Amino acid sequence: MKLTVNGVEHEADVEPEMPLLWVLRDELQIRGPKYGCGIAQCGACTVQMDGIAVRSCQIAAGDAEGAEVVTIEGLGTPESLHAVQAAWIEHQVAQCGYCQSGQIMQAAYLLDMMPEPTDEDIDKVMGGNLCRCGTYPRIRAAIKAASAAMKGA
Amino acid sequence: MSRLGTITRRAFLVGSAAVAGGVAFGVYTVRKPHANPLAEGLGEGQAALTPYVRIDGDGVTLITPRADLGQGAYHVQAALLAEELDVELEAIRVDPGPPSGAYWNTAMAEEAAEFMVPAQGRMQAGAANVVGAAMKVMGLQITGGSTTVPDGFDKLRAAGASARETLKAAAAAKAGVPVGEVTTEAGQVVLPDGAKVAYSDLAADVAGMEVVQDVPLRDPSEWRYIGKPMRRIDIVAKSTGTQAYGIDAEIEGMVHAAIRLNPAQGGPVNRFDASEAEAMRGVKAVVPVTGGVAVVADNTWRAFRAAEAVKIEWGEAPFPGSMDEHWAALGAAFAEEAQDSRNRDDGDVEGALGGGDVIEAEYRAPYLAHAPLEPINAIVRVDDDGAEVWTGTQIPRFVQQNVARVAGLEPDRVVVHVLMMGGSFGHRLEDEVVKQATEIALTVKGTPVKLTYSREEDMMHDFPRQIAMGRLRGRVAEGRVETLDLSIAMPSVMGSQMGRQGQPVPGPDSQIVAGAWNAPFAIPNHRVTGYRAPELAPVSSWRSVGASTNGFFYNAALDELIHAAGADPMEERLRLCDDPLSRQVLEAVAEMSSWDGPLGDGRGRGVAFVQSFGVRCAEVVEVSRGERGLRIDKVWVAAEVGRVVDPVNFENHVQGAVIWGLGHAMNCETTYADGRAEQDNYHAFEGMRIWQAPEIMVRGLENGARVTGVGEPPVPPAAPALAGAIFAATGQRLREMPFSKFVEFV
Repeated sequence: MKLTVNGVEHEADVEPEMPLLWVLRDELQIRGPKYGCGIAQCGACTVQMDGIAVRSCQIAAGDAEGAEVVTIEGLGTPESLHAVQAAWIEHQVAQCGYCQSGQIMQAAYLLDMMPEPTDEDIDKVMGGNLCRCGTYPRIRAAIKAASAAMKGA
Repeated sequence: MSRLGTITRRAFLVGSAAVAGGVAFGVYTVRKPHANPLAEGLGEGQAALTPYVRIDGDGVTLITPRADLGQGAYHVQAALLAEELDVELEAIRVDPGPPSGAYWNTAMAEEAAEFMVPAQGRMQAGAANVVGAAMKVMGLQITGGSTTVPDGFDKLRAAGASARETLKAAAAAKAGVPVGEVTTEAGQVVLPDGAKVAYSDLAADVAGMEVVQDVPLRDPSEWRYIGKPMRRIDIVAKSTGTQAYGIDAEIEGMVHAAIRLNPAQGGPVNRFDASEAEAMRGVKAVVPVTGGVAVVADNTWRAFRAAEAVKIEWGEAPFPGSMDEHWAALGAAFAEEAQDSRNRDDGDVEGALGGGDVIEAEYRAPYLAHAPLEPINAIVRVDDDGAEVWTGTQIPRFVQQNVARVAGLEPDRVVVHVLMMGGSFGHRLEDEVVKQATEIALTVKGTPVKLTYSREEDMMHDFPRQIAMGRLRGRVAEGRVETLDLSIAMPSVMGSQMGRQGQPVPGPDSQIVAGAWNAPFAIPNHRVTGYRAPELAPVSSWRSVGASTNGFFYNAALDELIHAAGADPMEERLRLCDDPLSRQVLEAVAEMSSWDGPLGDGRGRGVAFVQSFGVRCAEVVEVSRGERGLRIDKVWVAAEVGRVVDPVNFENHVQGAVIWGLGHAMNCETTYADGRAEQDNYHAFEGMRIWQAPEIMVRGLENGARVTGVGEPPVPPAAPALAGAIFAATGQRLREMPFSKFVEFV
């Protein structure tokens, strides 16, 4: 099957029911999306599919065929940061960092939908992304900083 | 300062040796045989060198034995080294060095020593000597107990200073100028004429040179890094998806494995049928392992799926099956023959409780999984003459020994690579996964096997926090707390955890009363007794260990008495406090929160104070009652840490510890039915999510002489401060965690 990830078309010989997460991680060696729970409870595997944040552990590979998949690696790079990543660095959000790829992908989606989210918007849209280290105060601050930066841009 | 100070200073002696393309400071003592330290005595110190610095053509590398679980250990250690070495923080690479007995953790001995002889001075130093020596024998290279900063604060700066002066001597000799006329900056030696020589270009010259010893450390007024906000060295990687964790490691030719373990942890496999699994796509083998069955496949998901398809008949749990039995065992442990310690026994408790109104209460704290977000994983390759391991671990020495034992090799034939961890909270103090991966790897010799636990397997075999029970008897008189008698029963975490490593834990287990026995309150009749319950479910160190349950018991008990006395929770704590550093912490948190008695109007505040891991920490929690339930609005935290190394990482880490303490106290428990953990994924064990996270204000106090770590100490006060706040807001007294069993949270 054919998959477009971060603008690059890939060929993968997998069962159509294999979750997108494992196609990315084990078949395409794209390991920014993380495995945390496998049942859409933690958000560590969040990617964007056709512009919508999804849990890649719940997307069957067959359903991703033909879609535009963007992972954290495609959102921005250390040399060319997305505004959300820049805010994450500025606010030094990460501790262990394992959930942060998913948090950042979800936050980028939130700001696409709602450029100036309220605290309640943040709670609703980010509520599915678990952070065991408890970086939530910084996640909140970074989202607001990214919102301000994107508005000014 | 006690003799511990002397030991730490002597631990600075570093040697140098040529390594491929450069020089390594400290490698001499690392390579030196790990001699019998009991004969040698701690004071000799030369086997006690901890992290060291390698300088080669590529620059400066910090070799660190303290692992990074997410707490920023690599960053903070690099900063301490950079402070004296005069290199830019960003220019330091970090390499988690090889497992070695020489990396024993000095600071780990201190807390245990304080408990063994609860008095300052020579006796305590003697105890530290004994405990420390034992750790040295075990080669306890361990990351835990909030010890990375205290262990490294002097050692790393000294290693940096020695390396700097040696580099200066080499450059001066080469240029034919007096060493007093050269200086250093940004990884270079600056000669009198202004010419600069990069450290990396001096590597060959300093190899084999006598290392300059006993270099005086810089005055704090000269510090460039310590105490100032820094950018964590891993922050860009962790914000761009480019940080590789253990689970991301790829070794050429690697195969993927999944495991199914008896859901009743530690129980056997009676029989299994793998025929269906073996026929599934990508499956290479189905392999029995101790306590379970593993599947080897060409992809993690295929391995997971095939593991689920194996039909397995499990044996019984090796411990009581139901929670009722566990609680009954704890209740029965409050007996003289099970008494483990009574290190606090002031006044005449029995006399005071002999008559009049005695206030009694019982408290409970549940088992709790660690559940770091990165599931447990390890890669092991076994060859005929050696083995190699890649994994995130806090105990590389035990990993090395265990892989050697399972594979039938000498430990020095096992190479261990410690990888970045996606959280731990104590979870990676266990190493079952490497034993299992080794068993699998033995069946496919020469092929690296990556074993990844599914979330369910991980959470059900977590080695959770201990279950614990506290019992209060107390009295008040004339508006004051007069008698507090707290008894605590729990299984021994240290016994369970170290028992799995074949290590004896002699004497009482300080964790049974940690965070309670040392409360700095001059209550006239004051007693804390620890009782050791039998081992039930296997348990392990969970962020803040014994104090995580005992800080709640002690403060909740104190609050009940304060309430009965008609006193204010903050004022009475301040009145009773007889330790100046603790008083300053309480005063700070009172000032930060503008504590001024009850709030009223459906709002309430609670305060708690716990000293654990050498840190005095107080928290005030504020809650409000709304239509959708109780909301935690604000938390104020003050902690005495001696020195805040990086204010940014400090604040983040303290906030995270508060959220950890609150989230689990509110929402989480691990329970057993038929010996099986009933919570197997995050839907049943949520911790805290963003909508429950309060605003958290943090202040680090620097009044004490002892530099401390802060990963754990803010956890224990969170639960009791929340319970106090809920009582103030609702009048409901909570004596059992999780609180969500009794009240509704937003």
